[in-house]
Amino acid sequence: MTNSFKKVLLGDQGLVVIFVLAFALVSVFVPNFLTERNMLGLLQSVVTVGIVACTMMFCLAARDFDLSVGSIVAFAGMVAVMASNATGSITVGILTALLCGGAVGLINGVVIAKFRINALITTLATMQIVRGLALIASDGRAVGINDPNFYQLALSKLLGIPTPIWVLAMLFVVFGFVLNRTVFGKNTLAIGGNPEASRLAGVNVDWTRIWIFTLQGMVCAVAGILLASRITSGQPNAAIGLELSVISACVLGGVSLAGGRAAIAGVIVGVMIMGIAENVMNLLNIPAFYQYIVRGVILLLAVLLDNLRSSALGRR
Amino acid sequence: MPFLEFSHISKSYPGVHALSDVSFSVEKGAVHGLMGENGAGKSTMIRVLSGDQHADSGDIVIDGQFQKYASTRDAFNAGVIVIHQELQLVPELTVAENLCLGRFPANAGVIQARQMFAEVGTKLKSAGIDIDPRRKVKTLSIGERQMVEIAKAIMLDARVIALDEPTSSLSSGESEILFALIERLRAEGKVILYISHRLDEVFRLCDSLTVLRDGKLAAHHPSLENVTREQVVAEMVGRQISNVWGWRARTGGDVRLKAEGIAGDKLVQPASFEAKAGEILGFFGLIGAGRSELMRLVYGADARSGGTISVDGQAIHAVDPRQAIRAGIVLCSEDRKHDGIIQGRSLEENINISSRRHTARFGILDPRKEAEIAETFIKKLKVRTPSRKQDILNLSGGNQQKVILGRWLSEQGVRVLIVDEPTRGIDVGAKSEIYEILYQLAEQGMAIIVVSSELPEVMGICDRILVMCGGRISAHIDRDDFSERAILAAALPDKKTPDAIAS
Repeated sequence: MTNSFKKVLLGDQGLVVIFVLAFALVSVFVPNFLTERNMLGLLQSVVTVGIVACTMMFCLAARDFDLSVGSIVAFAGMVAVMASNATGSITVGILTALLCGGAVGLINGVVIAKFRINALITTLATMQIVRGLALIASDGRAVGINDPNFYQLALSKLLGIPTPIWVLAMLFVVFGFVLNRTVFGKNTLAIGGNPEASRLAGVNVDWTRIWIFTLQGMVCAVAGILLASRITSGQPNAAIGLELSVISACVLGGVSLAGGRAAIAGVIVGVMIMGIAENVMNLLNIPAFYQYIVRGVILLLAVLLDNLRSSALGRR
Repeated sequence: MPFLEFSHISKSYPGVHALSDVSFSVEKGAVHGLMGENGAGKSTMIRVLSGDQHADSGDIVIDGQFQKYASTRDAFNAGVIVIHQELQLVPELTVAENLCLGRFPANAGVIQARQMFAEVGTKLKSAGIDIDPRRKVKTLSIGERQMVEIAKAIMLDARVIALDEPTSSLSSGESEILFALIERLRAEGKVILYISHRLDEVFRLCDSLTVLRDGKLAAHHPSLENVTREQVVAEMVGRQISNVWGWRARTGGDVRLKAEGIAGDKLVQPASFEAKAGEILGFFGLIGAGRSELMRLVYGADARSGGTISVDGQAIHAVDPRQAIRAGIVLCSEDRKHDGIIQGRSLEENINISSRRHTARFGILDPRKEAEIAETFIKKLKVRTPSRKQDILNLSGGNQQKVILGRWLSEQGVRVLIVDEPTRGIDVGAKSEIYEILYQLAEQGMAIIVVSSELPEVMGICDRILVMCGGRISAHIDRDDFSERAILAAALPDKKTPDAIAS
């Protein structure tokens, strides 16, 4: 009995099993957890992390790293608000923000792939540059939204579920498909598995990496626009530390930092575990300071589990 | 009484019986060969001996004592040292520091450098190893590094030393030094386990021999008198292999690949050559002669500084591997692990990585076709694997090589196949299979270029040989004129007598 239990835990779907168990336990023991209102609140709270995790998964799977996501989210939200205010058109605002996010990602990608600068260093630099741009553009203050329709991006509902949650779900589906069923996704995993062998096998390594970062920038812009709409302003200090939450969620979901291994199901579970932990702690009125510790411990446990799983597979 | 004894060792991994009920023993002061095809269980045997893996059942007895290892540390304390193919030295540290790692002669935490260098120097000298202990390991040749590894075993007073394919990356001169060292260790009464594919070495060095096949004991020879090489090969593969090469006459066609004035960093002068349809062209040379470098330039893996390439009379502009592949030129690299396989991904993905550009539509994969292609080539190339979903890392070297060949054969319209060291680290049985694949491809009209540093191999399978030496092509020899002497004479840089090396 214990043996087969161990097998399930260390199997491919181990994390999903843990997630289901944890969800069931929390539903039973934490009051007000399994209510429609709390569920929607929970999903709303993971929208930003979840959206960015979609492309961070690609980044990590290709053995890269992106620290600039938090800054791009804030910057793109800022740009969306300012461009909408200036032109009076929300569509123009959104497109400008997507363009700006994509541009930052493109710069990241080109510097990393073509000039062969370490991704950690490159994005550490752009993280600060982009945050600086957001602060300069707004003079360090929040920028209010003129057109109330902008709020509708986050407030509107379809079938009783807020738009941002639909966007998140859609991105999970799209990027899950891209990872598993497209040449781009497979090339990403191959590059993470062995970059030099991939190049010699005819994979366009540089191009793939540049695209990953560009997509990452654009997806961050989506998250930034929704965030700005939800907090009803462009905040230059929004999403600080987001990169760490996103990377934690991915690692929690079994994405290997050594590259070559990723699955969308894992990332979804990773994002949800982080969200549930926070939600439950709030429901139980655990002070915010303790929540840091719990988050750290969850991450450590997840990585330990992953390690056990790898050695159970006999791979080293 | 035997000094080292394995009794009834069994070990299974999920889906594989890596070892089943293997027993054999080795006397003190003996060099014992351990042979077998890849996947026969040699590596598992070594892992069990070194405490890296636990046997499911069975015992290891050293000097009359039952060993119950919980970790590699226990094996180490019992006097067992394994020297792996991948050496475990710290490049930035000196030889002496590497040898003292973990047990520095220190006074209140400060390393007594002078004492350390003196001690290590004496030890190295007494072992007959001529290396300055103050040199950093990164400045040593691979052969010298191997010596340092062995010196480590000596310094730790190892009683059992296992060497895993020690000569696979050594030149013949370096191998000689290694053999002398092994003789000395034998004289000192150490037990040496010598794992190698090379029959010549095993017959020359070993006192006794164990052959494994499919995880079982295939043969144990307490002495090598009256044992023939053919017999050992038969024991390894489980059948008689009459002719490993199996060369047969082919008719060459028109010129397929024409490379003119290929120039690059590692070539001292531009190289030109042609390969015909239906022929196997060999490139022979010593390590560093520029063979692999030339092929990488042709394939666009490294940037060319000059030269033109044409395929079937049509000039092609290929500056990177993607363009070379589209023009019908493909390369199986010499370093499979670094440049060939995609670790952590399945066979299926490894096969389809390039050819999926034909099966995918608008960037979206066709999983059914990919599965079909993978199954086709697994069957055609006789890849031994439980399933196409298997991680390529779990396959033996020969099977990995077949997967890489499958990757290129699934590409449509390959006209020139370049294979660099096609059988490095591959056992006898799989070798013949790979040669047979190459012959069939040549007969279908491909131009095949085989790069090898094994003289018998190029002489055995090629129709024509180009010899390289010191970064340029030094000779062109047709099959009728093949002789070890002529080929080696062209391969040697300073025109030394080839006999010294041929022997």
